[in-house]
Amino acid sequence: MLKKIALLGLASSLTLPALAEPTTQNTVAVRAAFEFSSIDPSRAGFVFTRMQILETLVDVDEKGNLTPALATSWQISNAGTQWDFTLREGVKFHDGTELDADVVAANLNLALSKPGALQGVPVTAIEAIGKQQVRITLSQPFQPLGAVLAHYSASIMAPAAFDEQNNVQALIGTGPFSVYEIAAPHRLVVEKFDGYWGKKAQVEYANYLTGHRAEARVLQARSGQGDIVFGLDPAAVPMLKRLPNLNVIHSDLPRTLALKLNLAHPNLDTIEERQALSLAMNRQGIATAVLRSADAATDQLLPEYMGDWHVADGTPQLTPDLAKAAALMQQAGWQKNADGWLEQNGEIFELDLITYADRPELTTVATAIQDQWKQLGVKLNVNVTNSSAIPAGHQDGSLEVALIARNYGSIADPLGVLVKDFGSEKGGDWGSMNWNNPSIQTTLNNLVAETDQERYHQQAQQVAKAIYTEMPMIAVASYVQQTAVNKRVDGFRFDPYERSYFLNELVWTK
Amino acid sequence: MKQLLAKRFLQLIAVSWGVGTLTFLLMRALPGDMAYRIAASRYGMDAVDSRAAELVRAELGLDGSAWSAYWQWFVDLLSWNLGNSLVSGQPVAQELFHMLGHSLLLAVVGILLAALIAIPLGLASAYYGGWLDRTLLALSTALRAVPVFVIGLLAIILFALELSLLPVAGFGTLAHLVLPALTLALSLAAVSNRVVHTEARRVFNAPFFEFARTKGLRPWFAFRHHGMRNIAVPVVAFFGIQLITVVEGVVMIESLFSWPGIGHGLAHAIFARDIPVIQGAALMMGMLFVVLNTLVDVVCHYLDPRGGKLA
Repeated sequence: MLKKIALLGLASSLTLPALAEPTTQNTVAVRAAFEFSSIDPSRAGFVFTRMQILETLVDVDEKGNLTPALATSWQISNAGTQWDFTLREGVKFHDGTELDADVVAANLNLALSKPGALQGVPVTAIEAIGKQQVRITLSQPFQPLGAVLAHYSASIMAPAAFDEQNNVQALIGTGPFSVYEIAAPHRLVVEKFDGYWGKKAQVEYANYLTGHRAEARVLQARSGQGDIVFGLDPAAVPMLKRLPNLNVIHSDLPRTLALKLNLAHPNLDTIEERQALSLAMNRQGIATAVLRSADAATDQLLPEYMGDWHVADGTPQLTPDLAKAAALMQQAGWQKNADGWLEQNGEIFELDLITYADRPELTTVATAIQDQWKQLGVKLNVNVTNSSAIPAGHQDGSLEVALIARNYGSIADPLGVLVKDFGSEKGGDWGSMNWNNPSIQTTLNNLVAETDQERYHQQAQQVAKAIYTEMPMIAVASYVQQTAVNKRVDGFRFDPYERSYFLNELVWTK
Repeated sequence: MKQLLAKRFLQLIAVSWGVGTLTFLLMRALPGDMAYRIAASRYGMDAVDSRAAELVRAELGLDGSAWSAYWQWFVDLLSWNLGNSLVSGQPVAQELFHMLGHSLLLAVVGILLAALIAIPLGLASAYYGGWLDRTLLALSTALRAVPVFVIGLLAIILFALELSLLPVAGFGTLAHLVLPALTLALSLAAVSNRVVHTEARRVFNAPFFEFARTKGLRPWFAFRHHGMRNIAVPVVAFFGIQLITVVEGVVMIESLFSWPGIGHGLAHAIFARDIPVIQGAALMMGMLFVVLNTLVDVVCHYLDPRGGKLA
């Protein structure tokens, strides 16, 4: 008791006076690793939709189905080239102005001019039809458009959010929370918005603080200073699970750790070589020892719950089969030399792998693969660089192998990402590279116009199988998000598409 | 005095130009395509691709020659305009003041705490010697050998977790300042208490101090009138140097405690090739260095006016 009083005294004497009061009692403290360098939704919108300031026309449920948000319904006509969205009535922005079709059309046209999910969608026009309808006209059918409009870069803001040059000057959205304080790039405080059209928030305030270091985030969860702490270091999870005031929530993410291969490289141009490299990997070992989550090991790029794209009858290759791998390498003309390296025409089997430090596990996994391939006789040189080196290396052709973490759920329908990644021989910045399979690539591109569910599934399976067997990319493990939730809040759920923290569903337990 | 200030002012201009030019050259010499780097920082690792990079390139005119970019920077500098950040689009000056304010606060409080720890300990160990000196030497060596990051973690574990007195990380209130400042102070005091110790020993063993004692002055009186100033000159100079390295060099502390300071901001700007921010930060730091050096010189002159007029 004495300690408590002393603590209260200390806390009140140390806290600077503030006018309106987000206090620790009425504020949910959210901690995650991401900085927001700007208030422009095309750049850092993911933080603002997660904190529920901004909303989009369409929502996504946890299975990836589209659900109504600012648009209550949408009709597709003219063979899939005309989409009419009917807007929800009575939606108010945080500044009190009303949402209407002109505002939505202006927002989307602006989003179209900036990098974001709308890039690559064959849009010819976005216009307001009356007060409550927005029409998007396409030059050709594009089935994932609904999912694209659920992306944070397509968030809708009030006219007052923009200055005359259409630069974002304030964050004025329609979500259950409005901005209370914003100090880029580290801190954001939101307060509940009573004029919200949907489920109103119970908690008064929430604050978001960037915690760069996983260690510091773990300590915040431990000390009770973070109510919801994302991105826990796997090594710390067992300790956190033992604490009485915390729940640790384990959620699957549609994000995959994978190797991107340059198929034009002489060491990677045959299926045998690529299969041998895949067989030499100990995915189970990597998942258990590095990611601390044994069930994360996978040899498929897309997770099981994305049924169209997960090969149903695959035989998971999770532990290494070095004998088979060596035999395949021999078929491809490689012999082991006296030093233990594979050799052909006097040259040893050597590859350069690049990866980036933004995700700490990538470098560890890269060195694990380096060691595992060494046992097959493959010399792998690991370079740690910046994430932009991967698209840059893809474009100038210098990339040989890259270890990447690819998010297939950034747009709720993975088709858009897959077309970008695998839709042409040149491939995508974060997808295949010089993979020549024209029939599969045509099938994939045609899927954007396919409306029949059964045919869609069959063709998607064909594509998934081709990727699985020909290995233009090799999957290593899927991602698991570990979140610590303090027991003083109830009602937390995790969005696998990472679009929202669902703060409006939280209630105080006491 | 006026002459010194005029001289230092010229130095300030030379340093500003030199630092800006040097950072410009160094940044241009770094490997990697700037447009890609900037796009990665703007849009995040999930959204960076060649299309985003091309948009960035077109928007910022990165295809232009290095000379024209340099000339533009120089002209802007003359009109006291540091430009806009390539990543956030915000004016550099505004971002720098936000970060520099936090850094200076942390640095000044850290240095003051360090002085409060180092000066008494350094003097005591010099005066009493023996086991106190040996313990402090060992402790200082140990603290200096441990990365500042570890000291910070230990401080968090002790004060935030075990005693739950202070917040783990964040900024904005005094309570948030305590742990980062303490961490900084401990790592600084580890060295500066030894500097104080050495200087104090030098003075205590000097013939003039011995004479002061033998002529019958009480220890405290002798210290106040014959010791303090003599010890203070090198110590003040040393603290001055520490302050500047602290302003720019506490990246680890800043990222551990989510403190929005300039060291951390500068590191991120370098990853992002955000040249205006890097140049602005380097410039600010260079100027701060000259200003602090001048201040230290002035203070030292008043402590020890024997050097004659300030020149």
